[in-house]
Amino acid sequence: MDLAATHDTPVHDHAHHEDLPFWRKYIFSLDHKVIGIQYAITGLLFLLFGFFLMMLMRYQLAYPGQPIPLIGNWFGADKAPGGIMLPEFYNQLGAMHGTIMVFLGVVPLAVGGFGNFVMPLQIGAPDMAFPKLNMMSYWVYFVGGVVMLGSFFLPGGAPQSGWTSYPPLAVIAPAGQTAWLFGMVFLITSSLLGSINFIVTIVQLRARGLSYMRLPFFVWAQLVTAFLLLLAFPPLEAAAILQLMDRLAGTSFFLPSGLVVSNQVLTGMTGVAEGASRAGGGNALLWQHLFWFLAHPEVYVLILPAMGIVSEIIANNTRKPLWGYRALVYSVIFLGFMSFIVWAHHMFMTGMGTAISAFFQTTTMIISIPSVVILTALLLSLWGASIRFTTPMLFALAFLPMFGIGGLTGLPLGLAPSDIHLHDTYYVIGHFHYVVAPGTIFALFAGVYYWFPKATGRRMNDLLGKIHFWGSFVCINLVFMPMFIQGLGGMNRRLYDGGMQYAHNAELLHWNVVIGFAAWGLGLFQLPFIVNFFASIKWGALVDRNPWQATTLEWSAPSPPGHGNFVTEPVVYRGPYEYSVPGSSTDFTPQFEPEHA
Amino acid sequence: MHPDSEDVQKSVRSYMIVFAMLMVFTLVTVGVARLSFAVPVAIAVALIIAAMKGAMVAGVFMHLSHEKRWVYGTLVLTVVFFAALLLLPVITSLDSLATGNPWVR
Amino acid sequence: MNIPYTVEARPDSGLANGKLGIWLFLASEVMLFGALFSTYILLRVGADTWPHGELSVPLGAVNTIILIGSSVTMVMAWASLKMNNWGRHRMFLALTFLLALVFLVNKYFEYEEHLLAGEGPNHNTFLAIYYTLTGLHGLHIVGGMIVMGYFLGPGAGLWKRNPAQFTNRIEYTGLYWHFVDLVWIFLFPVLYLL
Repeated sequence: MDLAATHDTPVHDHAHHEDLPFWRKYIFSLDHKVIGIQYAITGLLFLLFGFFLMMLMRYQLAYPGQPIPLIGNWFGADKAPGGIMLPEFYNQLGAMHGTIMVFLGVVPLAVGGFGNFVMPLQIGAPDMAFPKLNMMSYWVYFVGGVVMLGSFFLPGGAPQSGWTSYPPLAVIAPAGQTAWLFGMVFLITSSLLGSINFIVTIVQLRARGLSYMRLPFFVWAQLVTAFLLLLAFPPLEAAAILQLMDRLAGTSFFLPSGLVVSNQVLTGMTGVAEGASRAGGGNALLWQHLFWFLAHPEVYVLILPAMGIVSEIIANNTRKPLWGYRALVYSVIFLGFMSFIVWAHHMFMTGMGTAISAFFQTTTMIISIPSVVILTALLLSLWGASIRFTTPMLFALAFLPMFGIGGLTGLPLGLAPSDIHLHDTYYVIGHFHYVVAPGTIFALFAGVYYWFPKATGRRMNDLLGKIHFWGSFVCINLVFMPMFIQGLGGMNRRLYDGGMQYAHNAELLHWNVVIGFAAWGLGLFQLPFIVNFFASIKWGALVDRNPWQATTLEWSAPSPPGHGNFVTEPVVYRGPYEYSVPGSSTDFTPQFEPEHA
Repeated sequence: MHPDSEDVQKSVRSYMIVFAMLMVFTLVTVGVARLSFAVPVAIAVALIIAAMKGAMVAGVFMHLSHEKRWVYGTLVLTVVFFAALLLLPVITSLDSLATGNPWVR
Repeated sequence: MNIPYTVEARPDSGLANGKLGIWLFLASEVMLFGALFSTYILLRVGADTWPHGELSVPLGAVNTIILIGSSVTMVMAWASLKMNNWGRHRMFLALTFLLALVFLVNKYFEYEEHLLAGEGPNHNTFLAIYYTLTGLHGLHIVGGMIVMGYFLGPGAGLWKRNPAQFTNRIEYTGLYWHFVDLVWIFLFPVLYLL
């Protein structure tokens, strides 16, 4: 079969390939590279928007009840009368911050963006196995995003029951919650279609010579991630349908009998006699099981692509093979499997018995092992290395201790006795943000700096990159480290006034001011990145095919690759990280370079 | 790999046999339901018969018996997670700290 | 640009792209219906009483037989193509479509009977899970019918242009259809008999 592009050279030869109209080349494109960039830019924009939501919340927490300066009157009387944030609005910001960051920001960027753009290139494929399905996945995600954003304008505002949408509260919440449920159905559909595409592409379209154990670790991470999305998302889709039924059809899947809301038996809605309870026979915990069955594997969806990105960058910038490739592969597979049977560690406080609690504590402890193996392998990869402190490498290096802190702080949460004290406190927020923010998001920044030259043919400015890195690194730690202190002190999460009403919080509240300033700093340090990103597209220094002197297949394609990706059919001769091979004249031996005679 | 034309002829016979057996099993399922067994027994019998019917549809109509490793492996994984999804939630509600689980009424 | 293995199988995996794709999709569907079965279990275990005899067993049994029959006609529709018999393929595919339609019509009467008696999804948890499970299943039947309609109609032209690819697509449609039948094989005893 013919993988070669039908034209010869590469760099900007749009003139050669079928002259498609603009809307088919850039809007409804079937090319995985265009779709990947669409996902990436949309994802980055959502991350920025989610950041703004958090800034509003942080202002309220630092100065509860104060009118929001400058823009306070933009939100209307139903959200912030006189610029003072209503509790309902705070809850809307909280629920949307979480939903947007997880489902509209990180995953689309990490999987839809990086996975789509890089993976087919790394396996030597001309495109994904199902290009039309790929395009559809992006647009369904886009529609889901529009539905989610549109919910802010519904009567009653945006969803406000947390990103976790627990009933009974979510069932009786205003219309925004219905939008959340419909939005999730779109997002889940997009993910499912995407995951099928990823798995089939990796299994079926690998280049000649590219056996599974020669795959870059990034591809392994995407493969396991795709399986997580494929098998874990459907139960949440089912749960969303059930909650929609509860909200719209008057069912009681999640509403227990005799439910009393604000001192009154719950009535109203369809099909209930006057005065009779509308709730009955349901189980609020059913939602929690179905939700967390997805949401736990989901957090591994958040971290695995990041580990993949960091691995690529570390190998490249240490000029050494990764330590323990097999250990990494077996660990990531084992991690993926275990992630399906730990979910009730999010439910230790729901009254389950000691036996089943012990089961989930055990599986949760076991799942930390492969994570530690992966982190250790990456750390050991630094031993004896010739480290190049490029901007991507700075972010990748920072990922390691940040993920370490995030992971270690998860341990007392995974054990029920300590979880009793820490559950629903700021400790939890500190824990998961460490893994996702200075963890995953740093890895994603690393990936942007690393693969930007491949996607655009230009490199990003290194000085701006280093300012972005150091500023973000310092500020992000100042944002999240105090949260452990607050959580250990007993400060509850999701309180619109930061918990002012509780005496035990009195000594902890001042940290909110510190965190507020640090968040501002963090926001300001993203400006060099945003400027760098867009300016470099136009004015960045030009690069050739392999500016990082890397070994994996994507660097054999032109920068940017043309239609069909490779000029000649790629063939793989060796493993992915043959750096500093003894006897070689260069310190890297690419996978695609033929054996010398 | 797809069987060729002659193999398909042979398969047609097995499709018809399976069809007949599925009809029989359906009637058996309905018949057994009329003999009121204790609930756990009734559930077990109904599910076993359904599983046998399912195995025939999957194995013969869907050619699962000659399928390839990736398909087979994915399905084994799916069955494991399916079992976890069906069993673990109800176990958490049965093994309750309280004398009766107040959420489940 | 040509994507390899869209029709012929890749040697090491033994699969064509679409074959792997449809099985992965079915795996996700197992988890989707699994969540609803899990719902059924949790709600029933937690219930003081659970209704019996609310649904018409004969109607359910007839529908089971109809759907199993449609599974046979579907696999025969594919087998006919393997034996190069276009006419019989058309007949079997149309029969499958018809049987699916009859199933839906029966379902319509079944729903109507209950809804007219005021027994909607809000009436009790049993009916809630019944409507949700059979409703989602019914939507899957509609989906299957749309695909069959496409291959009976505008999609049929592919047989002339690329018979192997058309045969593959009918096979994948069949796999999806057998899965829909499989779900019903479990739904019927669980909802109607137990």
